[in-house]
Amino acid sequence: MAMNAVLVNINEKDVLLALEEARQKLDGTGDKAVLDFSSVRRIDSHELRAMEELACMAEEKAVTVELRGVNVDVYRVMKLLKLTRRFTFGS
Amino acid sequence: MIASETREPNQIPPVTEGLSAERIAYLDGLVSQARTASAVFTQFTQEDVDRIVKSMVLAGLEQAQQLAHLAVEETKLGVMEDKVIKNMTATEFTYNYIKDKRTVGIIREFPDRNLAEVAEPIGVIFSLTPITNPTSTVLFKCLMVIKTRNAVIFSPHPNAWRCSSQAVKIMYETAVKNGAPEGVFACLQSHTLQDNAYLMHHKDVGLIDATGGPGAVKAAYSSGKPALGVGAGNTPVYLEKTADLNNAVVDIIISKTFDNGTICASEQTVVIDSEIYDLALRKFSELGTHICNEKETKLLERTVIDPQTGSMQPMAVGQKAIDIARFAGLSVKPNTKLLIAPIQGVGRGHPLSVEKLFPVLAVYRAKSVDEALKVCVDVNHAGGLGHTAVIFSRNDEIVRKFAEVINAGRIIVNSPGSIGALGAVYNNLVPTFSFGCGTGGGNSTTDNVNIFHYLNIKRVARRTQNHMWFRVPNQIYFNMNAVENLRQFPSQSTIIVTNPALEHIGHVDIVRRYISPETHAHVLVIPDAEPEIKVVMEGVDSLNFYKADQIIALGGGSVIDAAKIMKLKYESPEADLEELAAPFLDLRKRVVQYPTAKINRAQLIAISTTSGTGSEVTPFAVLTDKERGRKVTLADYSLSPDVAIVDPQFVMSMPKGLTADTGIDCLTHALEAGVSNYASPYTDANAMQAIRLAFKYLPIAYEHPHDEEARSMMHNAACIAALAFSNASVGVNHALAHAFGARFGVAHGRANALMLPHVIAYNAAVPAKFMPSPYQQGYVAHKKYATVADLLGLGGHTVEEKVKHLIEATEQLLDQLGFPRSIAELGIPREDFKRAVPELAQIAFDDPSWRSNPRMPLVSELIELFWQAYEGRGLANLSGAAAKQNA
Repeated sequence: MAMNAVLVNINEKDVLLALEEARQKLDGTGDKAVLDFSSVRRIDSHELRAMEELACMAEEKAVTVELRGVNVDVYRVMKLLKLTRRFTFGS
Repeated sequence: MIASETREPNQIPPVTEGLSAERIAYLDGLVSQARTASAVFTQFTQEDVDRIVKSMVLAGLEQAQQLAHLAVEETKLGVMEDKVIKNMTATEFTYNYIKDKRTVGIIREFPDRNLAEVAEPIGVIFSLTPITNPTSTVLFKCLMVIKTRNAVIFSPHPNAWRCSSQAVKIMYETAVKNGAPEGVFACLQSHTLQDNAYLMHHKDVGLIDATGGPGAVKAAYSSGKPALGVGAGNTPVYLEKTADLNNAVVDIIISKTFDNGTICASEQTVVIDSEIYDLALRKFSELGTHICNEKETKLLERTVIDPQTGSMQPMAVGQKAIDIARFAGLSVKPNTKLLIAPIQGVGRGHPLSVEKLFPVLAVYRAKSVDEALKVCVDVNHAGGLGHTAVIFSRNDEIVRKFAEVINAGRIIVNSPGSIGALGAVYNNLVPTFSFGCGTGGGNSTTDNVNIFHYLNIKRVARRTQNHMWFRVPNQIYFNMNAVENLRQFPSQSTIIVTNPALEHIGHVDIVRRYISPETHAHVLVIPDAEPEIKVVMEGVDSLNFYKADQIIALGGGSVIDAAKIMKLKYESPEADLEELAAPFLDLRKRVVQYPTAKINRAQLIAISTTSGTGSEVTPFAVLTDKERGRKVTLADYSLSPDVAIVDPQFVMSMPKGLTADTGIDCLTHALEAGVSNYASPYTDANAMQAIRLAFKYLPIAYEHPHDEEARSMMHNAACIAALAFSNASVGVNHALAHAFGARFGVAHGRANALMLPHVIAYNAAVPAKFMPSPYQQGYVAHKKYATVADLLGLGGHTVEEKVKHLIEATEQLLDQLGFPRSIAELGIPREDFKRAVPELAQIAFDDPSWRSNPRMPLVSELIELFWQAYEGRGLANLSGAAAKQNA
C-alpha cells in the first residue's frame, strides 16, 4: 500500500521549532512522518520532551514516525530513556 | 517529562507503603527529571564537564562562609570557622584532585597490557547527606556527580535541610548556567523514611550513596541496589613513646576540636605509653584541655553517654567543650577547648570508650607496646571497624605492627585524624567526605569515596600477542662419528650412564675412546627400563662420590631421562620430584618453579642410541614410582641436556621392530607438533622436515638396516622432531597411546601407530569443541595436514582431498612397517577392551599431552577414537569421530 509521507528536516539550531512543525503536519492526511536528524549532534531535555509529545501524538493518530540520520550519541540518549521503541529508524 | 515505561524483569519491587499517590507522583517526577538529565549528559565531552566543574568550584568557594553560617545556625552543631574550612576543602582540594582526571570516554590506557578503561556514567544517584557536614558533603558530591556525568537526588538530614538544600541550589544554578542538563540535581523538599525507602528501591535509581548514621547506611545496603554506605567510626589513637609529643598533642587537639569533633574520623580514645603519659596530659592541659578526675569522668559519662544504648547522647554532638562541661556539672576554665577523661578499659563497662562526636577524648595509660596495641584493637572493634585509626610514633616497626592489627581504611600517621582522613591536606589520601569502611563497617569499599566510585568502568581488553619461545640445547653434533666431538669437553670426573646391553655390545668403549685421557671416567649401568626413583638416587650417590663435573648419558629415552633427573638431584638435592611433577596448563604460568640454586655443576651430554624419543634434546623426563605404582613426568627446560650427540653409528644395529616403533614415535611427534596449538614458524620448520625425512627414510631403514644414509636421516629426523615437540608439545595421539600402552603392555611407538590415522582424521574434522588457544589465529589443523600432503607430493586439489591422501599415505607406511592394522589384531578380546575403554578414556583425558591438541577432546570422542583403533585402519575418514558421535 502506498504511503503519504511527511518530511521534516531537523535543524540543530532549532530542534524544538522543527518538532513543532512535524506535530502540525501530523494533523494532515499523511500516515507516515520522516524526520531527518542528520544535522543534530546533541539533544537536550526540552527537545526530548517534545520528542515524547510527538510520539504520543503519532500513536494517537496511528502515524509512523521515522527518524533518519540519528547519530549514535543521540540514539543512545533515546535508548536510555526508552524512546527508541516509539519511533522507527532509517539511515 | 519523559514517561516511564513498563518495568523490566528482575527489577526490585517498589516500596510504596505509607505514601500517597501524590507523593509517589512527586518522587517519580524527580527521578524522571534526573533520568532525563543523566541521559542528556552522556553526550557531553570532557571539556564540557570540566568547564562546568570549575564554575561550580568557584561558586562553592564564593559561598563557603555563607553556607557555613547557615549550617551552624540551622543545626546548632560545630564551629562556623571550621565549617568554612570544610566547605573550601570540599571544593578547592577536591578540584585540585579531580581537575586533570579523565572521566569521559577513555579514562586510562595500559598499552603494555593491551587494556583501556572507558567511563560509563551510572545514571541517577540517590544521595543521603548528614547533619554533621551538611554543606561540605553536598558541595563535594555535586562536584563528583558533574565530573562523572550523572544526576543526583539529595535527601538531606531533616535537621539540616535548609543549609543542605541551599548548597544544592547554589551548585545547581551554577552548573545549569554553565551548560549542565536541567534536572541534574534535585533535593527532596521535605522527606520521610518512606520517601527514602521508595527512592532507594526505585527502578531508575542506579546507585545509593548514603553518608550518615548506621540506620541510613543499613537501609541503603538492604535495598538491594548498588550502594556506597559509609557511616560511624571509633578512632583509636596510639601515642607511642618515640612520638614528637609537642606535635602530637597539638595535632590531636586540632583534630578533636575541629568543628567540635563532628567528623567521624576524629580521635576517640588516645592510648598513651606509660613513660610519656603524665607529660602528655600536662601538655594537653597547658594547651586548654581539662583533664577530668575520677569523679568528673563519672559525671561526664552519665551526661554524654546513653546508659541504655551505650551510645553518645545526640544533644552532645557537635557542642563546645565548655557547654558539655556545664551540662555535666564540671567546673572548667572558660577557654577550655577539650575534655579528657582517663579510662581503665574498653567496652560497655567503660562508657567513654565509644564514638563521641564532640570534644571529649578518652585516654588510657598503657604499660607496654603490647598492651597499647591490644587496647587500640579493642577500641577499633568497639564500633570503629574499617574506619580510621591514628598513630603518633617515630618507630616504623611499631607503625607497621599497628597497621597490621588495626582494621581501618585509613591509618593516619603523625597527623590529625579527622583532617588527615579527609585526604589531600596532611597526606596524599584521595580527598573525600565519605569514608569507606570495608566489610568491617558493612561497606563495599575501604576507599575514600571519590569520582571513580561514581562510574562504571568498562575495560577494553585487546587480544594480546603472547610471547612464544624456541628453546633447544646449545650444541647438537650429528652425522656418523659425531661422538668424536666428546674430545672438546674437558672434565675432571665423568660418569657414563648407560644400560647393560649397550655396555655389552661395545658402545661404552666407543664413548670412552673420545673422552680426554686426563678425565676420570666411571660407568654407571642402570636397568634398561623407565628409571625408578631408587635407581636415580643411587646414581646421585655415584655423582657425589666421584664429584662428577660431567655426565654422559648413552642410551635410549630411559637412560637419558634417568641422567636428566640424576643431574637435577645432584645439582639441587632439595628438589622435590613429586612437587616438580605437578600438573600445569601453560609452562610460563606454572605454579611450581624448578630450582635455580645449584650446589654442584655438571654438564650433561646425551648420546641417543634409538631414533625416536629425541630425549637427547627434550626438556622432559619420565620417572617410575614403583612404590605408588605410577609414572612421574617432569618438564622444564632446565632438564634439557647441554650437548646432544646424534651419531648414527649407535643405531645401526637396532632390530627391525625397534626401528619401526621408534620411527613411528618420531613421525607422531612431528605430526602432533605440526598441528599443535603451540606450533610456531620455528617448530613448523622442524616438524615438516622431520615428517619428510620419516616418510622417505623410515621404510628404507626398516627394510635395509645397514643403509647408512637412511639410518643417519632417521636419527636426524628423531632429533629434529624432538626440537619441534620440545617447544610445541604433542597431542591427543600421545594421550591415547600412553593410556592404551600402559594398560595392555604395548610399546609406545606401536600404540602410537594404532591411533595415528584416526587422530589425523579426528583433528582434520570440524571440532565439536575448540581448544582455547591464545597462540593461534583460527582453526588451521586441517590446512596444516594439507600442507604436509603437499610437502610429501601426495596430490589432491582441496584440503579435504589432501588430508585424505595423508591418511592413506600414513596407513600405507604403517603397513610397510608391519604394524597391526587394529588393536583387535593384537589379540585383545573385544570384551576385555570394552571393559577397559571407559577407564582408558578417563586416563587419556587426564593426560597432559592433549592440552596443546588443536581440538579439545570430549571423553566420548576419546572412547570413539579407542574403538576406531580397535576396529582398525581404513575406517578413518574426514568425518571421523565427530560424525560418528553425531550419529
